[in-house]
Amino acid sequence: MTNKSNLEERIAQWRQYLRSRPAVHAADVEELEDHLRSQIDALRGAGLDDDEAFLVAVKRMGDQDTLAREFANEYSERLWKQLVGAPENDASSPAKPRHAALAVGLAIASAVAFKIPELFGLRFLEPSADMSFYMRNLSLFVLPFLAVFFAVKRGLPRSGWFWLAVPFAAAGLVVNLLPFKPDGHTGMLAAIHLPIALWLMACYAYTGGQWRPHEQRMNYVRFSGEWFIYYTLIALGGGALMGLTLFIFKAIGLDAEKALVGWVMPCGAMGAVIVAAWLVEHKQSVIENMAPVLTWLFTPLFTALLLVFVAAMVWTGNPIGVEREVLIGFDLLLVVVLGLLLYAISARDPQAPPGRFDVLQLLLVASALVVDALALWAIAARISEAGFSPNKTAALGLNLLLLVNLAWSAVLYARFLRRRVPFTRLERWQTAYMPAFAVWAWIVTALFPVIFNYR
Amino acid sequence: MIIDKDLVAASATPLVLAILSEGESYGYAIIKRVAELSGGELQWTDGMLYPLLHRLERNGLVEAFWGLSETGRRRKYYRLTPAGSEHLDRQRRQWRVVDEAMRGIPCLAIDPAAQPV
Repeated sequence: MTNKSNLEERIAQWRQYLRSRPAVHAADVEELEDHLRSQIDALRGAGLDDDEAFLVAVKRMGDQDTLAREFANEYSERLWKQLVGAPENDASSPAKPRHAALAVGLAIASAVAFKIPELFGLRFLEPSADMSFYMRNLSLFVLPFLAVFFAVKRGLPRSGWFWLAVPFAAAGLVVNLLPFKPDGHTGMLAAIHLPIALWLMACYAYTGGQWRPHEQRMNYVRFSGEWFIYYTLIALGGGALMGLTLFIFKAIGLDAEKALVGWVMPCGAMGAVIVAAWLVEHKQSVIENMAPVLTWLFTPLFTALLLVFVAAMVWTGNPIGVEREVLIGFDLLLVVVLGLLLYAISARDPQAPPGRFDVLQLLLVASALVVDALALWAIAARISEAGFSPNKTAALGLNLLLLVNLAWSAVLYARFLRRRVPFTRLERWQTAYMPAFAVWAWIVTALFPVIFNYR
Repeated sequence: MIIDKDLVAASATPLVLAILSEGESYGYAIIKRVAELSGGELQWTDGMLYPLLHRLERNGLVEAFWGLSETGRRRKYYRLTPAGSEHLDRQRRQWRVVDEAMRGIPCLAIDPAAQPV
């Protein structure tokens, strides 16, 4: 009896080893196991005991690595992990199709939501008042559905649904009840900052209400990076689709532009937000994360760019010109640097000792800080003369916010390189800082219009 | 007698197709039949049969289906397709040509000393 179970155990081990090879699917292992068992039965029938029969049968079957390689030659496509047509019985939970249906349903819902205001006479892509309505409400057409997707998927408790609804309801009231002027700057600023504020609110649903733990927030950061990449890819595909549609309909003398711009583009852009989120969730363990790979590629390039820029400035003595866009440009630079830092952190093994890439990372952050400090120096004088406009204040506020984050990151990085603090301190600093971005985004959205009198 | 690796590889496909032309079968039985036909001279590594069978399936020479073994285990069976039969016929003719050419040469024992240096 024990002998029998011992044999089963060894077969199970053999099976498991083979199963761990990507090119060998479950059905193949089943087929090979049938062979192995037939062989063992025959050998036992010939008088061998279980152990001997197992050993001989395994020997005849051949080396598992060679066998796996042979399968890999035969099925080279299996080495490419497939996201959509995932192999039949690959540890898929029965919940997955349900989530796919949920995602598609919510994507359609957000596309429909975008079209509802039109029933009340608000035209999309028509001048003045209507357009500014759409700009301010853009995120409200889709992000609530994204939050619902997470909330259902994570099984958010009932009280959580209430807290989740509060910011979205508040946002709806703020952007629609405040008397924004159609071409006012504060309205535009609200349109830009509300998506950021609501995206960070969706973190609450993403974590199933557990938004406080540092690890959960880091997961949301990872999710956001992957989502952005997926969304960009979908947008590229969508652009190609629309371009081709326009072209082939023109060939038969029809103008598809109205249908494309009025329906396909906005509805697609809304729905793709949810679809991209579902894809990221679905593929989590299937495919390597892309954001860290891009980070790894671009960190050296951006570092080189910044160092050359500083050198050029020193060499030529040219000051930074104080144009209107300068501050926004430097804000974007800091956002990119913060992104590179964040995704390098998100993929790094916190236990690993300081390495060359960490030095590079610190160099990147330090050079970005130097460049930004020079830019701020140049701009500060100008602002104190001309006074604070909403745009300048928003850009300056964001710049300072990023500056503080990156400056302290640089300090922590330097201390980590000298092995004074563990790497997790850097991670925790980033996740602890996330609410600051949310608060700032809410201030610009809701308080700036009041402070600047809806300019 | 140890049969050359290349020859084993070259003969594997026609042999498997020929065995399947006798009727549907499965991996273990095919291996047993090969041993039986060759009087135990043709020894395959058992596992290697399966990538071969899967390749034949992909190329449409055989088709596979799941059935049950006599003890109730799930078992994958293979049967020849019409394309497989045609392929087998072609292969048989080729082998016959090779075989006849070999037979045409007077059966001399190969003398190692006579080989060119």
